[in-house]
Amino acid sequence: MHRRGVGAGAIAKKKLAEMSKQLDMFKTNLEEFASKHKQEIRKNPEFRVQFQDMCATIGVDPLASGKGFWSEMLGVGDFYYELGVQIIEVCLALKHRNGGLITLEELHQQVLKGRGKFAQDVSQDDLIRAIKKLKALGTGFGIIPVGGTYLIQSVPAELNMDHTVVLQLAEKSGYVTVSDIKASLKWETERARQVLEHLLKEGLAWLDLQAPGEAHYWLPALFTDLYSQEITAEEAREALP
Amino acid sequence: MAIPLSQIVFIEEQAAGIGKSAKIVVHLHPAPPNKEPGPFQSSKNSYIKLSFKEHGQIEFYRRLSEEMTQRRWENMPVSQSLQANRGSQPGRIRAVGIVGIERKLEEKRKETDKNISEAFEDLSKLMVKAKEMVELSKSIANKIKDKQGDITEDETIRFKSYLLSMGIANPVTRETYGSGTQYHMQLAKQLAGILQAPLEERGGIMSLTEVYCLVNRARGMELLSPEDLVNACKMLEELKLPLRLRVFDSGVMVIELQSHKEEETVASALETVSEKGSLTSEEFAKLVGMSVLLAKERLLLAEKMGHLCRDDSVEGLRFYPNLFMTQS
Repeated sequence: MHRRGVGAGAIAKKKLAEMSKQLDMFKTNLEEFASKHKQEIRKNPEFRVQFQDMCATIGVDPLASGKGFWSEMLGVGDFYYELGVQIIEVCLALKHRNGGLITLEELHQQVLKGRGKFAQDVSQDDLIRAIKKLKALGTGFGIIPVGGTYLIQSVPAELNMDHTVVLQLAEKSGYVTVSDIKASLKWETERARQVLEHLLKEGLAWLDLQAPGEAHYWLPALFTDLYSQEITAEEAREALP
Repeated sequence: MAIPLSQIVFIEEQAAGIGKSAKIVVHLHPAPPNKEPGPFQSSKNSYIKLSFKEHGQIEFYRRLSEEMTQRRWENMPVSQSLQANRGSQPGRIRAVGIVGIERKLEEKRKETDKNISEAFEDLSKLMVKAKEMVELSKSIANKIKDKQGDITEDETIRFKSYLLSMGIANPVTRETYGSGTQYHMQLAKQLAGILQAPLEERGGIMSLTEVYCLVNRARGMELLSPEDLVNACKMLEELKLPLRLRVFDSGVMVIELQSHKEEETVASALETVSEKGSLTSEEFAKLVGMSVLLAKERLLLAEKMGHLCRDDSVEGLRFYPNLFMTQS
């Protein structure tokens, strides 16, 4: 006779049934929460941050799937996934200018512009969360901390620690020279040159041989409105050697 | 036009509505008698409103609040014209009107705080329950790991859909039965339908980023998360659908029509490059009419197969026909 009701398999079955029941209860709780506070999440970016942090602490990702309860009932999913689309589009549009590297500030501005007046406001924290999700698509979205803010990378360029630290150095003035690197980072000339060449190759830096003193390596991603102007892809192509 | 921060008593937000933009209301001290000349000598209002027609109010409010908290102007040397307000201290002298406004605003702030703290309280309670679910799912996952034979495939699939609903990362079962759930299987079939025509229009291949944008723009709502898309695409091959997911060495992920053989495109890529002598990814992309990302992958593949070789300099990455192969 086949003994049933004992063994790890049976315990698992029982727990599975229990989970199913608890899931239904949780769904009800979440519905109740949503009916009272859905607007709060929609309108209050600090509350969104709290919500996300609490989820992360307990090991839950509310943005993992559009089919998840959180997304369906709180509407958080659509907000972030749509933001993802907008971020991709902005990065693509500006790639010819900055090689696929953009400051979080500029990205924020451009996204807000694209969303239009009547859309819901988004914070920088929202952008970062949306970008973290986009990494799953495999096309090189990266977040690089520089001087108190972030650079967002949207092309699969190889950027290691050396490249990142030079980007951080360039953040203050928008450009960097070999001497700057040697003075601040205490590297040898060759190491500095290699990093700068790589940034040039990847289209992230522009070479200025007419600068006073030595060659300046400018990072278009770090240009502020003061220094940059809107150019089209055509103009960009013609301007490059 | 500028107003010193020290003139500010209090700030509050006003949400946008139909036909009105979002605003920040800045309540001010009465103007000092020696104020600088400006657009107006006096006003009947004791506040100004900043209108945000195209957003930015969240960041502005945050930064202004920070400044109001730090009150850095109290530590700075001030010019003569601001001296009048330096005398203001905790026991400030104010006009009666402002006291009344402040009280009302304080009440409103308390009310809002109460709402927020109620929301936080409810959220915390909800999280406690969610954590119980996480613990339960861990113990089930362990049981499944130890005694796989005793759990049926159906039950494992059910379990994975529970994890999906809760947003709990899929622990061990992935290796056993694949990463997908019923939802992802259905999604895969839908995608096959939606993407057939766009793929044909684009030469049989699209990056996953393009697919993500295309599909979500078409949906409008109930959007797919990036992970939903990836998990669905991983199932395309096993469901014998006419598309497949492919990952290049660089990590770039694409969707290809089954009928599309990227290796076969390499021959025509070689022809194109030979005609022009040499090409960069950008030039090739423009000639052929594809995205730079995919153009680069095609040239890299051609290089991997030995048809092209590279010239990697500061002027960029340029591909040449591999004469070592053809002429030796």
